[in-house]
Amino acid sequence: MAENEVEQGEGQAGGAHWFFQGQRLLLTIPALVLMTAFVGFAGFAREVGLPAWQTMLTTFLVWALPSKFLLVAAIQSGFGLFATFLTVTLSAARLMPMVGALVPELRGPDTKTRTLLFLSHFVAITAWVVSMERLGDVPRQYRTYFFAGFAISLTIVCALIVGLVYAFAASLPDTVLAALFFLTPIYFLCSLWGSARERAGHVAMVGGLLLGPVFYLIAPDYSILITGLVVGAGAFMVHRLRARNQA
Amino acid sequence: MTFDAIDSLYWQIAFIVIGGWLATDIWRWAGVLLGNRLSEESDGLVLVRCMATALVAAVIAQLIVFPSGALARETETWMRVAAAGIGFAAYFFGGRKVVVGVGVGLAVLAFAMIVIS
Repeated sequence: MAENEVEQGEGQAGGAHWFFQGQRLLLTIPALVLMTAFVGFAGFAREVGLPAWQTMLTTFLVWALPSKFLLVAAIQSGFGLFATFLTVTLSAARLMPMVGALVPELRGPDTKTRTLLFLSHFVAITAWVVSMERLGDVPRQYRTYFFAGFAISLTIVCALIVGLVYAFAASLPDTVLAALFFLTPIYFLCSLWGSARERAGHVAMVGGLLLGPVFYLIAPDYSILITGLVVGAGAFMVHRLRARNQA
Repeated sequence: MTFDAIDSLYWQIAFIVIGGWLATDIWRWAGVLLGNRLSEESDGLVLVRCMATALVAAVIAQLIVFPSGALARETETWMRVAAAGIGFAAYFFGGRKVVVGVGVGLAVLAFAMIVIS
């Protein structure tokens, strides 16, 4: 109780303090791994031919790495706007329950909905996992400051990393660029497995890896979308059958 | 209408805003406004998650099997498949840490590039 009074007495200073505490999470392992993944993402986008400012804009506007990765892949494959929207939005739907779970943790006594709408933009998998772990230790009235300090800073740092990669890429030897480019598939190969919530997610991943190249040979233009829809639906059917067998 | 269909910055920005920003933020806003009404385990969400996973997996496979640019010039298909496979195995058996998988995968690819050249 006494502690609470001290914090309320601090007012704005308390907000700044917790904003800074949030920023310190930039040095945690998940945040640093994400920054490395952005080095790879920048290499990928550069290879596709996007100029630096567009990749930085995309980083800031889309933020969630799988969605951004698919957006760049859709641009590379020459998808129309509708197919691009469909591809990206399919990968982003999982953000809704994530935000839904975060909001009750984030909301303080005076938190406005428009503040939450603004902050929700900075929710992506890494920011969500780390925040859900740490928000419990933050006094409720300062949780939005804490989240803003972490998630907004993480977005800005990653956008700056993207810019740095573009600035230095031209002077790097081809072998280093190749390794940089390889970061993206190897990062997703591991993180995708870990982020699957049910067995069906693993079925979808293995199916997509095996059938993706096959569909590419048959229909190179829209193979990503076809693989996603067909393999995803197949994995879902496996999920339904398993649920029925267990019932 | 593809990204390169119109040679205009406004079109490219509109493409990123609609196909990227709106396509993702509508779900975040829905999460704030509708809250937890869509359960993590609901069939609809499982289906969408499966499709999203398969989409990303398809792009991963494409980058490994049919890459472009520096990766295509500097590495052979077997090198990339081996590096990805060994990296993933290291992730899987090494405590499911992404850092481990990425580190080992890159090390194998770098080793292969050095040995071949």
